[in-house]
Amino acid sequence: MQPGATAWLRARAPFWRTLADEVRTAPGRSRASPEEALQTLQAYRTLARDLASARELMPRDAATAALESSYASLHVAVNRSPRYGLARWRTLFLERIPQAARSVRGWALCIAGLLVASALAGWWLITTYPELIGLIASERMIDGVEHGHLWTDQILNVAPSSVLSLRIFSNNAVVTAGAFCAGLFFGLGTLYMISLNGLMLGGLLAFTHQHGLGLALLRFILAHGPVELSVICLAGAAGTALSESLIRPRYPTRAESFRRCAELLGPLLVACALLLLGSGLIEGFISPNPRYSVQVRLGVGLGYWVLMLLFLSGRLVPAHGESNPRHSRDKSTRYSMI
Amino acid sequence: MGMEELTVRGLTGVDMTLTVAGVGTRAYAFIIDWHIRLLLALSWLLLGWLIARIGTSGGSVTTGSPTVFLLGVVTPSMLLYFLYHPVLELVMQGRTPGKRMAGARLVTREGATPAPGALLMRNLFRLIDTLPAFYALGLVTCVFTAQRVRFGDLAAGTVLVLDESSSKSKSLERMGALLQHSTLDPRAAALIEDVLERWGELEPQRRMQLARGLLEKLDTGTSPELRGALEEAQLRQRLQDLLGRT
Repeated sequence: MQPGATAWLRARAPFWRTLADEVRTAPGRSRASPEEALQTLQAYRTLARDLASARELMPRDAATAALESSYASLHVAVNRSPRYGLARWRTLFLERIPQAARSVRGWALCIAGLLVASALAGWWLITTYPELIGLIASERMIDGVEHGHLWTDQILNVAPSSVLSLRIFSNNAVVTAGAFCAGLFFGLGTLYMISLNGLMLGGLLAFTHQHGLGLALLRFILAHGPVELSVICLAGAAGTALSESLIRPRYPTRAESFRRCAELLGPLLVACALLLLGSGLIEGFISPNPRYSVQVRLGVGLGYWVLMLLFLSGRLVPAHGESNPRHSRDKSTRYSMI
Repeated sequence: MGMEELTVRGLTGVDMTLTVAGVGTRAYAFIIDWHIRLLLALSWLLLGWLIARIGTSGGSVTTGSPTVFLLGVVTPSMLLYFLYHPVLELVMQGRTPGKRMAGARLVTREGATPAPGALLMRNLFRLIDTLPAFYALGLVTCVFTAQRVRFGDLAAGTVLVLDESSSKSKSLERMGALLQHSTLDPRAAALIEDVLERWGELEPQRRMQLARGLLEKLDTGTSPELRGALEEAQLRQRLQDLLGRT
C-alpha cells in the first residue's frame, strides 16, 4: 500500500456508502427515468475514477476488490442494450429473417439438390435391392405396406390430431436444429443428416410404389411436405453456412467468424420453428384425414409454401413506421459476412 | 489450472477484470439446475397423475382421457424440463438458480447481459454439447478452450464468469462502513471483518487462535495474560470493539 493510501481510503469511504445503493439496485432495474439513468452514469464514472486510483495505490487490496466488483455491476446496468419493444419484433420479421434467408439462398438450393439426389439414390437402392428396406423401415411398416396399408392410414386411431401435431412438430424441430448445429462439424454432420433424410424418403417412396401405394404416400405428404422439406433444406443451408464460417473465416479468428455467422442465422431458426409449427398442425389435422381431397391437399400445400416464401422474403407483413434503429444502423457491418 | 480472466474495456476507458468460471463451477451449477428441473417436471407429472386419477374415480388414467393427460400433464412437464435453462436465463438475466448458487453468471465478451437471441442460441447448441452423453463434448471443450467455454457459448459469444456482485466481502457498503467506523489500518480492519464473518464456520479452537493472534498484533493495550484468559465470546466482542462496532 502506497503512502497516503489510507487517508485517501478514509476520504472516499462516505462517497462509496452513498453509491452502494445505486450499485445494488441499478443492474436489476428494468426501466429507468432520465434522472435515474444519469445518476447511474455518474456513479459509474465515480467508481471508474476511484478504481483507477485504488489500483495504483493499493493493488490486491480488499477495497480495490470491492471497487472492481461494484464497477462490474454498474457496467452491466450502463451497457444494457435498449428495449425497442414492438420495433424489435418488426425488425426480426421484416429485416433480420429475410436477410438471413437471402444469405443462405445459394446453399439452400445446393442442399435441396443434395436432398433430391439422395432421394433418387434411395429410390434406386430399394428398387434394385428390395431386401434393404429393412434398413430404413420398421417391421410393422413393411408388414403393413405388404398387406396394402400405409402406416399413415390408421394414424388417427393411435393418437388424436392435437397430440400428433405436437409430436410431429417436436420431431421436426429436433431434426431442423440438428441439421443446423451439425454444421459445427465442418458441414459433415449437416450433409450426413440431409443425405440420410433424402435416402429414407426416396427408399420409402420406392417401396410403397412397388406395392402400389406410392400415390397414396404422395397424397399424404402433399399438404405438409413442401414446407417441411423446404424448412429442413433451409436449416441444412444454415448449417452449411455455419461450417463455411469455420472453413473460410471472414473475421480475424474462426471463433469470431462462427459467432457472427450464428448471430446472423439465429433469426432464420426462429422462422423455421414457426413454419414447422404450421406444418405440424397440417400434418396432424389435414394429412391423415381421408375426407380431404387431393385438390384441397394440393391447395394447402402450395398455399402454405407460397406463404412461406412471402414470410421469408419479408413481404408477408407490410412495413409500417421505423424499425429497430440499432439493427438498421448496424446492418452494413453486421451482415457483411455473407 | 490457474484462474482464467476476461478483461473488458469499460465505457470510461478503465478496464475491468472478470474471473472466468471453471469446469467445476459449471458442473456444480448444472447439477443443481438438473435436480431442480427434474423435481419440477416429476412434481407436475405426479400432481397431474393424481388429479387425473381422482377425476377418473380410480380408473385407468391414460385410457380415461389420453389427450388431456398428454397435453395437460406430460407436455407441460417435458416443457418444464427442456425449457428450464432458456427461459430462466432470459428471465434472470444470464443466471439460473444453479448458477446463482454456484456464484456464476453469463456475460457477453463486453461484460454485458447477453441478449435473448444469444441465450437461445447458446441453449440450442446443447444438442451438440451433450454428445455423445453426459455433456462429454461440452466438458472437453470447456477444458481446452481459453475462456472455458462450450460450443453453445462460442456460438452465442457468452462467457460464464464468477458473480461477485453478491459477495458480502466485496460489498462497497461494507467497505465504506468499515473504513468510516474503524481507526485501524484498512487492511487489518478487513482481516478482522473476514474472521468475524467466518466465525461460525471455523472450529472453536481455530477461531480462538486466530482472534488471539489478531489481538496480539492490534490490541496492544491488553496484557498477554489477560488476553490468554479471555473466553470465546469475549474474544469476539474484543474484535468487534476494535472495528468500532457497537
